[in-house]
Amino acid sequence: MAKKLEVPYNGTKEQEEELRAAIGAIRTAHAGKGLTIAALQKGQEIFGYLPEKALQIISEALDVPLAEVYGVATFYAQFSLYPKGQYKIGVCLGTACYVKGSGDVYQKLCDELKIKGGECTDDLKFSLDATRCIGCCGLAPVMTVNDDVYGKVTPDEVPKILAKYRT
Amino acid sequence: MFRSHILVCGGTGCTSNNSIKIYEALVHRIYKEGLDKEVHVTQTGCFGLCALGPIMIVYPEGAFYSQVKVEDVDEIVDEHIIKGRIVTRLLYKETVDEGGNIKALNDTNFYKKQHRVALRNCGVINPEKIDEYIAYDGYEALGKVLTEMTPQQVIDEITRSGLRGRGGAGFPTGRKWQFAKNSKGDKKYVCCNADEGDPGAFMDRSILEGDPHAVIEAMAIAGYAIGADQGYVYVRAEYPIAVKRLSIAITQAREYGLLGKNIFGTGFNFDLDIRLGAGAFVCGEETALMTSIEGHRGEPRPRPPFPAVKGLFGKPTILNNVETYANIPQIILKGADWFSSMGTEKSRGTKVFALGGKIHNTGLVEIPMGTTMREIIYDIGGGCPNGKKFKAAQTGGPSGGCIPAHLIDTPIDYDNLIAIGSMMGSGGLIVMDEDNCMVDIAKFFLEFTVDESCGKCTPCRVGTKRLYEMLCKVTDGTATMEDLDKMEELCHYIKENSLCGLGQTAPNPVLSTLRYFRAEYEAHVRDKKCPAGVCKKLLRYEIVADKCKGCTLCARNCPVGAITGNVKEPHVIDPEKCIKCGVCMEKCRFGAIIKG
Repeated sequence: MAKKLEVPYNGTKEQEEELRAAIGAIRTAHAGKGLTIAALQKGQEIFGYLPEKALQIISEALDVPLAEVYGVATFYAQFSLYPKGQYKIGVCLGTACYVKGSGDVYQKLCDELKIKGGECTDDLKFSLDATRCIGCCGLAPVMTVNDDVYGKVTPDEVPKILAKYRT
Repeated sequence: MFRSHILVCGGTGCTSNNSIKIYEALVHRIYKEGLDKEVHVTQTGCFGLCALGPIMIVYPEGAFYSQVKVEDVDEIVDEHIIKGRIVTRLLYKETVDEGGNIKALNDTNFYKKQHRVALRNCGVINPEKIDEYIAYDGYEALGKVLTEMTPQQVIDEITRSGLRGRGGAGFPTGRKWQFAKNSKGDKKYVCCNADEGDPGAFMDRSILEGDPHAVIEAMAIAGYAIGADQGYVYVRAEYPIAVKRLSIAITQAREYGLLGKNIFGTGFNFDLDIRLGAGAFVCGEETALMTSIEGHRGEPRPRPPFPAVKGLFGKPTILNNVETYANIPQIILKGADWFSSMGTEKSRGTKVFALGGKIHNTGLVEIPMGTTMREIIYDIGGGCPNGKKFKAAQTGGPSGGCIPAHLIDTPIDYDNLIAIGSMMGSGGLIVMDEDNCMVDIAKFFLEFTVDESCGKCTPCRVGTKRLYEMLCKVTDGTATMEDLDKMEELCHYIKENSLCGLGQTAPNPVLSTLRYFRAEYEAHVRDKKCPAGVCKKLLRYEIVADKCKGCTLCARNCPVGAITGNVKEPHVIDPEKCIKCGVCMEKCRFGAIIKG
């Protein structure tokens, strides 16, 4: 199990309203039923993760039992019930990256940050995840920090890349 | 009229390498020079040669610039656009002949053997402009279908073409449509599987990024054929560029009356909606995908009933993969005979492969079925880099298997791949060289399926986990020969008893590596050695006394103090302390440290 941080809920009233409004917009924009996933995606976008409060709002707005919303939220890899770091690091462990040594890059990041995949550093600065193929296999092995993409990474380069975000 | 066109690749590979900034810098500079009426800068979909990204091509000369940097933009504009002198330093060397003249891109090794049907517009048109798609015969097939053909004629044409599903299983597309047409229902659905989850496969993404209208057009054709008025595209949220371009394309198609009510004035209605996947490999399975569109946990359900009878929201549904759809408009326009003239007897047409791993030309290639693995890897892909020896190619991702070097001349089609213990899958083709351990690769895939198993059925949930643990024993050196037999037995058990395609194919990577690389497994078990030097627990670093000069560099760098020895005398590694990090081997200047 990943290390769990007890984080007090600090979402704002504005964020909660934003989510309610967004769910309303989703309901008008999309045909048919089955909008739980879209609502969760919106919730995660607004809060950065899915606090219990967000799940409750979604459950009420879509009239779907909370247990089912929770079930969906925990099924998909994209959703997190815990906060992510300010800088979200992803290392592609898709096949193309793996055969080119992304496993070593991943290990180096674990060592440097002293966390495991799925965890977040205590200062909430970095979180680390092993990702599925992100589709730029030409750059293998690939790591991402938020929206920045680093291609052909070697373990030696990891400290230098991290240093950029530490300041 | 423009005197020059500059096409900049806007696929994910090149975008990750700053191609957007290059595009912006070009537009800015061209505008500043007052050339924006003469020179047209466009962003296209993927060219396919991702290894050389970012890529741009300048017409009319056809100059193919590769690995362009933002800093190169000024030189390209100053020299090429203003003075008419091609920047030879940036040209892809394959496109320059001995006399220094530019060769057509289609004459280079990478493109020569390719035959682009599904990818025909990728890297050619601007995917965000519907007019460019229409200029390349776009939506003509839909017009033809709606005004000249009956739904049955459409299905007959697709059936006659011999098109089989490109998502992996290879089910005949025409037959699938026929089933859905025959099903009675007040409402039917057309779905597109763009939840490309196989690691190393990215053709669906490239098609959506480079030619989204082809998929929209094909889905409307399918809707007409089976009698559906609503379609869903289920696409991975991890593909933001594809989602964006598809959304733009749907909006444009609606504006032009090509989606919506009364299309082409024929009374046919059809509309599309996008649903974003949230990261679950099992959602590539058809029933799981539909459950996910319905907003639930993406768990599969037993078949029958098949989706053609009872699918999305309980209504008759067809589900095809992106690449399958991309072939449809071409088949309607050029005819079933044209399509079936390509490929092999039971596998017609072309197939897109994503080449990755230890290969020179990483990228996307489309070849006629029946092309051999050798042609793909050596002629198109350029072989393994750094003079390494080709060991195996992996197709079909976590559901597929490894093709060893001695079967490299197998013509690739659905049935041949199944016969040699792999499968087509969605078309990921990962090349491995002598430095890759096949047990480790099998373990890698099993770790993936353990993680992605949805947990609904026991053979898959528990079986893959146990299989993974057995593989760990092999790579740790604690397995016995008996374990290998047990592993094989468990593989067959999981295959036969799992509910859906994920579990039924999950043991394939183990079975195929056991079949072709059993000696490598046995080396791990019997000799406690990893021949490729990958499995850490079995590795041993040693210092060759003859070569060691006693410089102490290794001992100073060893993080755990496992190396001892006096200055100018041969050093030794204490295997008990050694953590096999490999630092000593990297640091040694005399090649005195070996691993094995």
